[in-house]
Amino acid sequence: MLTDAVVRTSTGRVVGQRHAHHDFIDKVKGTMLYAADHQPPGMLHGRVIRSTVPSARIVSIDLGAARDLPGVAAILVADDVPHNSLIVRASGGLGELAIEMPILASDRVRYTGEPIALVAAETQQIADHAAELVVITYDELTGVFDPLGAMEAESPLVHDEGNVLVNWHIARGDAQLGFARADVVVEGEYVTQLVEHAYLEPETGVAWIEDDVVTIRASTQVIEHAVEIARILGLPSNKVRVVAAYMGGGFGGKEDMTVEPFLALLAWSTRRPVRMIWDRQESLAASTKRHPMVMRYKTGATSDGRLTAQQVEIIGDAGAYPYLSARIVFAAAVVACGPYQIADVDVRSLAVFTNNVPTSAFRGFGAMQVTFAYESQMDRLAEALHLDPAELRRRNFLSKGDVIPTGETLQTVVAVGETLDRALARLGELPVPSAPHKVVGRGFACNMQPYGRTIWFRDQASAWLTLQADGSLLIRSGVTDLGAGQAASLCQIASEVLGVPLAMVSVYIGDTALTPPAGGTFATRQLYMSGNATLAAATDLRGRLDPVAAQLLGCAATDLDYVDGRVLAIGGGSLGPELGLSLAELVSECARRGVDTSILTVWHADVGTFDPVLGQGDTFPDYTYGTHATDVEVDTDTGEVKVLRYIAVHDVGRAINPMRVEGQIQGGAMQGIGYALTEEIVLDQGVNNSTLFTNYLIPNASDYPDIEAEVVESGEGRGPFGARGIGEPPIGPSAPALANAITNAIGARPTRLPMTPERVLGLIDTTRGKSWNHK
Amino acid sequence: MADNEMYALHVNGTRHEVADAWIGESLLYVLRERLGLLGSKGACEQGECGSCSVLVDDELVCSCLVLAASAVGQAIVTIEGIAPHGAPSDVQRAFVECGAVQCGFCTPGLIMATHALLERTPQPTGSEIREELSGNICRCTGYGRIIEAVQRVAVWRSIEP
Repeated sequence: MLTDAVVRTSTGRVVGQRHAHHDFIDKVKGTMLYAADHQPPGMLHGRVIRSTVPSARIVSIDLGAARDLPGVAAILVADDVPHNSLIVRASGGLGELAIEMPILASDRVRYTGEPIALVAAETQQIADHAAELVVITYDELTGVFDPLGAMEAESPLVHDEGNVLVNWHIARGDAQLGFARADVVVEGEYVTQLVEHAYLEPETGVAWIEDDVVTIRASTQVIEHAVEIARILGLPSNKVRVVAAYMGGGFGGKEDMTVEPFLALLAWSTRRPVRMIWDRQESLAASTKRHPMVMRYKTGATSDGRLTAQQVEIIGDAGAYPYLSARIVFAAAVVACGPYQIADVDVRSLAVFTNNVPTSAFRGFGAMQVTFAYESQMDRLAEALHLDPAELRRRNFLSKGDVIPTGETLQTVVAVGETLDRALARLGELPVPSAPHKVVGRGFACNMQPYGRTIWFRDQASAWLTLQADGSLLIRSGVTDLGAGQAASLCQIASEVLGVPLAMVSVYIGDTALTPPAGGTFATRQLYMSGNATLAAATDLRGRLDPVAAQLLGCAATDLDYVDGRVLAIGGGSLGPELGLSLAELVSECARRGVDTSILTVWHADVGTFDPVLGQGDTFPDYTYGTHATDVEVDTDTGEVKVLRYIAVHDVGRAINPMRVEGQIQGGAMQGIGYALTEEIVLDQGVNNSTLFTNYLIPNASDYPDIEAEVVESGEGRGPFGARGIGEPPIGPSAPALANAITNAIGARPTRLPMTPERVLGLIDTTRGKSWNHK
Repeated sequence: MADNEMYALHVNGTRHEVADAWIGESLLYVLRERLGLLGSKGACEQGECGSCSVLVDDELVCSCLVLAASAVGQAIVTIEGIAPHGAPSDVQRAFVECGAVQCGFCTPGLIMATHALLERTPQPTGSEIREELSGNICRCTGYGRIIEAVQRVAVWRSIEP
């Protein structure tokens, strides 16, 4: 099957240009006010008191000494929370358990780090001291720390409702028939680890009461949690306002609530401003993580390299509470087969409770882990078939119009083949080893990653545009900005349509009181959703401006051009001046005629339905495809992997700002490299042994070479101007690309992440006939 | 709390009285919480990430690891003092032009580290840049554009020293 041809799009005046938005200026000068930088007078300091054991009944909580400490303003426990529960439903009852998560644990704790009490004090020092004075007595229970063990009949129950949160089944065709048609079948089990987001700005925020409204300015991806916070406080929704500061990174870890309900409770209870900052140890110990998964794959193909069948079982460790686990293992199931056409598929995907720290959203959202599995399988299959691994993939790539295992039809071009060709072409010749005890290898991996929410959510986003009297433009959007330029891209889109110079465009974001709802920033959805909303609003505004301008200039509305703050008649109008009108003159004329130049537009995504019993239906709006290719050198004495070159190519449909797009690709790939080679949260019976950056190893500037990013513009995404989402996709291919390169170098295959020197050395030993117990 | 003392710090050319402070407070804490200089960021408070980097007597330090009271009599320069008169420094300009910024939380520390590096080594090699900046963690960019920005400044300074 040939990969789809790529259609190029032309560059716009503003869209497609490398603009630096004002956020860059504030950030380099240190004047950007992040969540913890807002310090209202009279501010108290909050702290969470957390469980020190993974599974226990709480016998007693003694607050006496802490309450008596001078400077303590409030200590709150479960009984002080008006509505002490949160239920996260995957998608409105599609088969998962409904589990209540308390805001503060009352009688039972299920993981080490679970919040039990809150303190607010005059200084952070006093708050920390008070936390130490709270005495909690536990009756410890047997915990379960391994999802496979948690699925056994005699396992302790994390929740009385059962340990399996959800068990998705997606099937198409008949896998057994597909395997019967296969000439070759390969099987593999792949294991991924617990991983930390490690945004440099930890979870933080400030809350205060203003006009009897609880206002929370926090580092959050989702201001829409305001409704949930109001429910927790027992207040109507209009009494809670959430403002999102520009974030110091999120990567999915600030999609669930972090500090917000705690801040709200403390501020509401003390009637004073309260700030809370989780320090790094607290963040590493208790924040949500990426799901470790065990993935069992069986893949069949004919002797000429056509995939016939794939059977997949995915078991994800949800930790102690649901959070977004049900959705994450669903996304894993949808793309479990990757960008390949396979007729007969059977995928099971489970999320299982343990007494480990909860897992939830993290860039890649389930689609990342399965990439490690399916791209390892493709290389295994190529080896079994004696086929070039690139050629095997080319024979099986999906195309526009193909049906994927969920039964849905791909509606946009699939340019994964071009990303593969470009990545391999750029690598050139494989270098020679630098020393006799070193070996080199090349590997690559392709992926598909959804962008946008599952479409049964009936997703929508709004944008409010106001063209002002002087011709400047205000954009108001509820979007939150993680640092990827979510706000800046809206400016470029509006500027392109309305011809307002970028310096004359301001964007106000992330405020439930003052900006129209945009949904949160997650699921690689904001360019798609708020980008389309802004484009729609700008287009709607043009619809009002055009008749006025056309009349003034004496031309057809279709002959108008908005550029550099002016409206021109292309080829000259019959009435107007040669230089056309300034936008200020046009706004003034609109005002005279009663034409409103402020507009609120709501943009609706596609809707659809999914049948969880049949495992068939509509899932995501679209997908982004890419290929990473890498050369590595492995030291056979130490197992150390040196990355020599790293190429990352993605079809982004259309790059709104190529500088930001390449930045996403480079940064995502580097996070993926850390995931592949060094990063792991190590839990011992539910206790976190990786709560310092000294033992949680994030890539630094000297560890790896530059990521060479390349952008393919197929012009066929479903975002504005044909853009595809690019926030999450670049993290996916790193681990399998490196695993395939290491395999190519040493002749043995890593199937467990991270691929540490110890593990790689263990594999090298197996090729030399030695066997060690390298875990 | 006992052990409270009054002392003065010289930050960005200005003398600041620090009154009624606990003697165990870190320089980062005093800069941010007592002097209102919020540009230095607290990200790990263990000296592992470099987000709080400042210059103390021209030496790059993690301000989270320095006791404020121990910096009495030394010249402290923070991100706010790198370009005090409005116009950004060449390093700041290069970071913007190269797109070496994403979330920005590591950026002030990296700007300080880059100034220190280029003072010490005006024309660093690529591997010198990587080695010198390895104490500053960035979780967003993958570092390539940051290295490019440092190289750009080195070129600018070689043309107009």
